[in-house]
Amino acid sequence: MNPALNSALSINSGMAPVATPWFFYALAGMAVLSGVFVITRRNAVHAALALIITLLSVAGLYLMLYAPFVAGVQIIVYAGGIMVLFLFVIMLVNIERSSKERAFNRMWPVGLAAAGALMVLFASAIVKGSHINDMFRDRLMPLPESTNTQQIASLLYGEAGRMGQYTFAFEIASLLLLVAILGAVIMTKKKI
Amino acid sequence: MPNFIMSYLGSTVTPGEAGSQFWALIYVLIIFAGVSVAVICMNWIERKALAHFQIRLGPMRVGPHGLLQPFADALKLMLKEDIIPAEADQFVFWVAPLIGLLAAFTVYTVIPFGPSQAVSDMNIGILFMLGVSSLGVLGIVVSGWASNSHYPLIGALRSSAQMVSYEVAMGLAVVSAVLMTSLNASGTGTLSMIGIVQAQQQQGVWFIFKFFPLGFLAFVIFAIAMVAETNRAPFDMAEAESELTAGYHTEYSGLRWSLFMLAEYAAMIAVSSIAVTLWLGGWMRPFPNLLHAPAWDFIFSLFPGLTFGGLAAIAMIGAARMPAHSFFRIQRIGLAVFAALLAFSALLLLVIAIAGRSADTSVAARFREGIDYVYWFVLKVAVFMYLFIWYRATWPRYRFDQLMRIGWKVMLPISLGVLLLTAIVGVILP
Amino acid sequence: MSAETNEVSSRALLSSDASNRSALERSHLDLETAEKPYLDSNELIINMGPQHPATHGVLRVILKLDGERVLGTECVIGYLHRGVEKIAENRTYTMFNPYVDRMDYCAAVSNGLGYCEAVEKLLNVVAPPRAQYIRVILTELNRIASHQLWLGTHALDIGAMTPLFYTFRDREEILKIFEKYCGARLTTHAFRIGGCQYETYAGFEKDVNNFLTFFAPKIDEYETLLTTNRIWLERTKNVGVISGADAIALGVTGPVLRASGVKWDLRKAQPYAAYSEFDFEIPVGTNGDTYDRYLVRMEEMRQSMRIIEQAVSRIPEGAIMGKVPKVIKPPVGEIYHSIEAPKGELGYFIVSDGSTQPYRLRVRPPSFVNLQALDVMVRGLLVADVVAVIGTIDIVLGEVDR
Repeated sequence: MNPALNSALSINSGMAPVATPWFFYALAGMAVLSGVFVITRRNAVHAALALIITLLSVAGLYLMLYAPFVAGVQIIVYAGGIMVLFLFVIMLVNIERSSKERAFNRMWPVGLAAAGALMVLFASAIVKGSHINDMFRDRLMPLPESTNTQQIASLLYGEAGRMGQYTFAFEIASLLLLVAILGAVIMTKKKI
Repeated sequence: MPNFIMSYLGSTVTPGEAGSQFWALIYVLIIFAGVSVAVICMNWIERKALAHFQIRLGPMRVGPHGLLQPFADALKLMLKEDIIPAEADQFVFWVAPLIGLLAAFTVYTVIPFGPSQAVSDMNIGILFMLGVSSLGVLGIVVSGWASNSHYPLIGALRSSAQMVSYEVAMGLAVVSAVLMTSLNASGTGTLSMIGIVQAQQQQGVWFIFKFFPLGFLAFVIFAIAMVAETNRAPFDMAEAESELTAGYHTEYSGLRWSLFMLAEYAAMIAVSSIAVTLWLGGWMRPFPNLLHAPAWDFIFSLFPGLTFGGLAAIAMIGAARMPAHSFFRIQRIGLAVFAALLAFSALLLLVIAIAGRSADTSVAARFREGIDYVYWFVLKVAVFMYLFIWYRATWPRYRFDQLMRIGWKVMLPISLGVLLLTAIVGVILP
Repeated sequence: MSAETNEVSSRALLSSDASNRSALERSHLDLETAEKPYLDSNELIINMGPQHPATHGVLRVILKLDGERVLGTECVIGYLHRGVEKIAENRTYTMFNPYVDRMDYCAAVSNGLGYCEAVEKLLNVVAPPRAQYIRVILTELNRIASHQLWLGTHALDIGAMTPLFYTFRDREEILKIFEKYCGARLTTHAFRIGGCQYETYAGFEKDVNNFLTFFAPKIDEYETLLTTNRIWLERTKNVGVISGADAIALGVTGPVLRASGVKWDLRKAQPYAAYSEFDFEIPVGTNGDTYDRYLVRMEEMRQSMRIIEQAVSRIPEGAIMGKVPKVIKPPVGEIYHSIEAPKGELGYFIVSDGSTQPYRLRVRPPSFVNLQALDVMVRGLLVADVVAVIGTIDIVLGEVDR
């Protein structure tokens, strides 16, 4: 490929945001808005649909952060797998009764306080990190899209001949999940 | 602007990789139009092929040999009254077909019709495809629920259980193909759709023949799972006509119903494209390494033109064989015009093939290459589409519990075993 | 079944509130809950039919489901009731003859044979041998046609589209013979009391023989598509099993009974027409499942071909009409006569008061009686199996409702 063409075609070479800030605000706005719908909709199916939109928007944000693998896994596992099961269960629930019940119970001030505290925490982290003591600077990873998946793999499983940093934790987690699956099967099955 | 187009033709990367949003948009439009046309063609071919399997003629009235039938159907569906049941959940009922359609069409962003003939070459292409195509089930589940009727609800429940189970075996089969991409000097594989095809090119073998029979087994599992994934016979439990009247879209009519059909056919083409990319060498022509002389390139580049020429000849014979009655005059003329159009396309393709026979970077050569890639890809996908019709004509429908049993107790263990063996053989053999 | 049940929305049925329960109680579904579902799931009641692609007409089956598992069924019939038996009381014996064709319209010839023979028995008349042979040939052709129709629709219910078109193509040949013989294809009215109205047309034997040579490979063609097909086996083996004892207790007859291992065929057990003169086997199943019923019917088609072959080669010359008075006035008395229709025992019970019209005529239709077995067959199976079992019983609603 000739270099002149390359520069003519691409908007930016090197490391640049995948998309314009407009995309970020659109996705973030969608995620927040549909997140609000998730907890305010009385109809459980509507809430589940809103949750799917939230998850997809977050997947879009991951894509913008050069984490396509996480975005893909988010779509497959959450939007594709878990939400289908959610809907599966919701459809068997008595919708009419649940829609008559109050969407919020008396614990809502507690929840509000917890959410507020979390927001303060995030805000302070962002404010502090941005100037005074460079909280995140040495943690800032280079984010080349092409090697992101490989980096995740080498963190988990290691490079050639070397154990990965998180191999053990990863395997433990998968074992735990296996136990959970078996438990679920045994609990729901009358006879095996 | 011509310069811009010329410069694009010289590019060897996808618009997504080059960061060109303009060309990406053009590609999206082309693919959207192309898939819609393919669905229309598929509609006609399915009805005709199914009819001939069943000693019928199929559509014969609208246009010569029913060629205009899909357009008549589309018009009818658009003009038909759009009924939303009174007790249905209006919003969800409205949005459900769109979810399926969106999922089916989004997949096409990463399908590589050629090394640069794709909207984008994502690093996680195959993962993205599996994920997005699995979203299609949401449309079905939600439509079944929103209809507020028993048969759609049962259809939706069947569909969700079916898709969730078959995705597992499908994913494992895909992983064993992805594993094969890592059998190179650097030892790293790729999830990129283009990368997978290129890996097959480098290793000089389609993955269906790699580690025989491992690659073949993985392919077969995928080929079965993809039929279940798209809700086609013999796994069409979700819309089982004789059991659930029409399953999840029982309450739908008119345009909304046609959106479901569009999504179903688009999804069929999409999963066939995955199979072609992963196991059948994607856009590559047969024997690209064995017969790599420029002369062979030239011979194979004649195929698109010859195919269209063959189709034109068939249409011409059809026109000649029409009964010599005045009733058939217009049909005969129509078919002859159709044959002439096909012949003209054939001529155009042959001219491009001949003009671009030298392997330089001229516009004609780039065009010739592009046409070759797309042609071989589409041809391979077409074989799968024919198989879909063939299955439907031949087999009875599985029962729901049998389907689940096969998914979990047969296909899952086999695909796991294939994955393990592929890994072991991949380490030992090279 | 009260009207309210229809109107209960799906959400209400899914719920466990009071309106649902009472709707269930108001219905006549006195089905015991076989086993309490482990998870506290609610039962689903759905109407299959009367407008449904797989109920072979206007049968309505109310299904009580746990998920997809059938807890019980209730058949609601009568959507096609025309009062055929009552009509008989206001028609002369001759005038009523065409009405019977409209009961099992897929096997009109058999219906006519049963009725004519019953009245002949009442009159103490015997049809001449040539008429008997013509009757056997046409009835057996009709049996093949009925089984073809059954096979096509049954396979379509299970999801195999293609056999339907093959069977209809081949059934057409039989209908052509009927048309040539008596002018009608479906409701033939082929026989008259005392014999046959029409002499065979020139080339009848040739047509029938041609059909036999044409059809022999076609049965193999159907079998190639289905008999060893894995999916077909999975869908039909051990589905809708009914034991021989249960089948007898329910009054089930015909291929459904024979598939359960009971060798009972009226053509052998109490021969009528000229059946005692032919050599043929009675196919019997062992498991009483849907697959055995399929095999039995396929073999019955072959046996019917054997009978036709013998009948055509030995068809005697002579009169085709017995000595029947101009005005049919049977003596006072009653008669029950039954024949082996394609679907089972088709019986006519006629009470005569000596007038030109029956005092009472009662039909014992095989479909109606066999349909009783549906509930026994489908309990514990899935919705998809209900469709398969309805298909395998081979009902015709015209006959069920009369």
